[in-house]
Amino acid sequence: MGPITPTEFTPWLSLGGGILIGLSAVMVMALFGRIAGIAGITNGVLGAIVPMGAAPQDRDWRLAFILGMIAAPLAVLLAGGTVQQSVPNNLPGMAIAGLLVGLGTGLGSGCTSGHGVCGMARLSRRSFVAVGTFMAAAIVTVFVLRHVAGGF
Amino acid sequence: MRTFLGFLSGLVFGLGLVVSGMANPAKVLNFLDLAGSWDPSLAFVMGGATVTAYIGYRLVWRRTAPAMGGGFELPTSTRIDRPLVVGAALFGVGWGIGGFCPGPAWTALPLLAPGTLVFLPMLLLGLWLGAHGKSLSILNPKGAF
Repeated sequence: MGPITPTEFTPWLSLGGGILIGLSAVMVMALFGRIAGIAGITNGVLGAIVPMGAAPQDRDWRLAFILGMIAAPLAVLLAGGTVQQSVPNNLPGMAIAGLLVGLGTGLGSGCTSGHGVCGMARLSRRSFVAVGTFMAAAIVTVFVLRHVAGGF
Repeated sequence: MRTFLGFLSGLVFGLGLVVSGMANPAKVLNFLDLAGSWDPSLAFVMGGATVTAYIGYRLVWRRTAPAMGGGFELPTSTRIDRPLVVGAALFGVGWGIGGFCPGPAWTALPLLAPGTLVFLPMLLLGLWLGAHGKSLSILNPKGAF
């Protein structure tokens, strides 16, 4: 969506960041015995405001987890680092994207972290199918938007 | 203590997203653009995270219970059903449009980009619809693939 912002290949930073994400997933399992899926954690917090069906009981750590995620870029900035971020500014497009991501992860019971990291680490058959499906759908979507529709 | 440890876990997760580049939609979209400005970095994020979790989970599961009490609660379903596949496909399309999955959308919040401020409320609305849509008859789990 919008102009293509070039990005640099960063294998080491990406690997290091990935290991941190994995460590967080291990912390959540060791401390709370749960999957660190962000869609699921968000679902649990949302259950405090609106009925979400089978809402999980332990909302305290989930809300704190989300606040921790929100604090992360601020911590990087406070430490004098930079946070590279280029968010598409096509607002109707972002509204549709948000709705699809919420609806899809709600229906499919997981996102990049729940199915991707945690599910594959558990060798869950459902998660391998989910990851294959959402990766394929995302790659096709980017191909259509960038190379067929021509930079919608 | 639970709250502090929950916050700490979220902070580590968020730092991982920021350091790895996963929190930057431009990097995500370039990762998905195999035919164009392909940036393979995010394969290293997924690889690093999954291998770390694979090893760490097995060490943790040797214990009898989580440190904060209760038991280990893992999804038990192994059914490849319609909500799983339809949901994953819808998620993929949305991810390909916006470059945000749920985690990075949260870490992006304090930077207040207009795209983030539109994406997040719609994400919450979608999650709410999705939680209720699972019981719709067209997505009835009996209709397995």
